Amino acid sequence: MNLRRDVFQAIADPTRRAILLLVASQSLTAGAIASNFDTARPTVSKHLQILTECELLKQEQNGREVYYHLNAKKMKEVADFIEPFRDMWDDRFNKLEAIMKNYKPGASTAAQRDSD
Amino acid sequence: MERKTKVSAETGKQEIVVTREFDLPLELLFKAYEDPEIVAQWMGTKVLKLENRKHGAYEFETSDPKGNVVLRMNGVIPEFVPNRKITRTFEMENTPFAVQLEFLEFEKLTEDTSKLTMQIVYKSVELRDQMLKLPFTQGINMAHNRLQEIVTKLK
Repeated sequence: MNLRRDVFQAIADPTRRAILLLVASQSLTAGAIASNFDTARPTVSKHLQILTECELLKQEQNGREVYYHLNAKKMKEVADFIEPFRDMWDDRFNKLEAIMKNYKPGASTAAQRDSD
Repeated sequence: MERKTKVSAETGKQEIVVTREFDLPLELLFKAYEDPEIVAQWMGTKVLKLENRKHGAYEFETSDPKGNVVLRMNGVIPEFVPNRKITRTFEMENTPFAVQLEFLEFEKLTEDTSKLTMQIVYKSVELRDQMLKLPFTQGINMAHNRLQEIVTKLK
């Protein structure tokens, strides 16, 4: 019923992340991808289906074979999604760290404040 | 290069976990959360109220360069254990977003390093995803300030 085929569901799975890494360097057929895993072939097919549905993978017909390749644009969207949030906290924490480094460690902070 | 601040947002979960290791002793890291003046500096917001105690509350306010209030945030503090943890709610006033719950855990790694784990729990998975997609308060403010500066120069 509730089909949640979003990219985050896709990358939440370790096998699917491994598949993405595999096809990142070159386009591969389903068979070639499956040969890299101990998992049963239908399971790999299911993963490929999910990755294709959420557009992280694209299929390309080459003669009789279907090759899967990475949709770099979609992958970037995933990174962009979390990045601003991470950047915001990273900025804040960098600032926090810089401010607190000017506090001399050791003595109690209250006493330090007066002596500074 | 390893990134210092890590964000984990597992699909289908209504939480985000932010972790960061600091080149700071635990006490100094905690102090940065405790002292209103310091909080104001690194959060880039005005601290109207910060009651560091169980059942305390806080209020932050962010303004643009002209002094117009852009965002007000507030929350209550169900747990406050110095150098160990702060549990607090977080709410952005006048927005449709439901209150979120934040569990902050402070850990000593070595004498000079410490770690913060911030678990943020949202009302629903959808809300979490929506919040992640927001250009974020800081982002909004920075963009706003930037815009103000540019506009001011143009005049």
